[in-house]
Amino acid sequence: MTVLVFTAIIFVGAVVAGLLGSLTGLGGGVVIIPLLTLVFKVDIHYAIGASLVSVIATSSGAAAAYVKEGITNIRLGMFLELATTVGAIIGAWMATWLSTSIIAILFGAILILSAILSFVRLADPAVTGKPGSLSQRLRLNSSFPTAEGEQPYFVKHVIGGFFMMNIAGIISGLLGIGSGALKVIAMDNVMRVPFKVSTTTSNFMIGVTAAASVGIYLKRGYIDPSLSMPVVLGVLAGAFAGSKILTTARTTRLKTLFAFVILVLAAEMIYNGFVHNI
Amino acid sequence: MAINIRDTDLKRTIGQLLRYGVLSSSAIVLTGGIVYLVRHGGQYPQYHSFLGEPDKMRRPALMWKAMLRGEGRALIQIGLLVLIATPIARIIFSIFGYLLEKDYLYTVITAIVLLVIVWNF
Repeated sequence: MTVLVFTAIIFVGAVVAGLLGSLTGLGGGVVIIPLLTLVFKVDIHYAIGASLVSVIATSSGAAAAYVKEGITNIRLGMFLELATTVGAIIGAWMATWLSTSIIAILFGAILILSAILSFVRLADPAVTGKPGSLSQRLRLNSSFPTAEGEQPYFVKHVIGGFFMMNIAGIISGLLGIGSGALKVIAMDNVMRVPFKVSTTTSNFMIGVTAAASVGIYLKRGYIDPSLSMPVVLGVLAGAFAGSKILTTARTTRLKTLFAFVILVLAAEMIYNGFVHNI
Repeated sequence: MAINIRDTDLKRTIGQLLRYGVLSSSAIVLTGGIVYLVRHGGQYPQYHSFLGEPDKMRRPALMWKAMLRGEGRALIQIGLLVLIATPIARIIFSIFGYLLEKDYLYTVITAIVLLVIVWNF
């Protein structure tokens, strides 16, 4: 296979990954990394490096739209970035000394967890009652625009959410994915933030989290330009297309299908990790 | 109320910063990709084993020199650097925004996030 053919196929794969990732909210990385390692036998270090860069692209692209609509809780995002960036650096550092087989097995485990988490019933947002003192001191309580006007909400369990975000950051830095599913769960079920706010704020944070670990990947020579080029452009194009059709697509059925695909990919990653094929 | 108006301004500018960062970096990556494919499209790639990138693909100063020699791969890498710089620029911008709002708590929080990122580059 020549470079030209290889690049074209990777680009098409990345478009599909970006499209599925944006429709299901799991991000392009969970598809592109198994695709590169299992189908094209790319070393997992290069695959993670390329995925990490594409994560920054999709996060920044989507955040640009959401921030303007005023749904994103920027203070909450900034505060939680303290936890995710430190976690991302720990994760990237771990990736440099863990064996590729172990990384593949961990990746499979996180894929299964993400698929399950996408079906977890989300807790009701905290819109009544009294705000906690920590969230008040940090000015995290806010409101977001709905069809019926501004809806105020409170942020609960700040410390628990902060801890979960730290873990999400470690996973992001270690596996080169946005770990958006984990971030949304932390904000929804622990901090009791409304779903729209948690998804957009999670997206807002993903780019900064990835930027924290990508420096380590670059210095170690894990970011290959010729591989990253079709991955970044493809995932970005797919995610953009996904954001355009998101409002009309039937997401529940799609989610079930995607969860099934992810479980198959996860099993493949774990198997290949155990037999040291990765 | 004055704070609210500034908050909206800050949000709008952050949105534009992110958009232009992504657009310009994609354009650079695409240009570098075309140069690379025109020159090396007929060769055979090797990604099966991990060798690591050469120094000129790891260090920004060397990337720049390689780009000036017309290397497509170096231009892609510069485009990726612009992409990585986008969320970092967003943070730097926010620090000034919070400073203007006299929100010193968030000026410090954001500055720490910036230090964590820059320290590891």
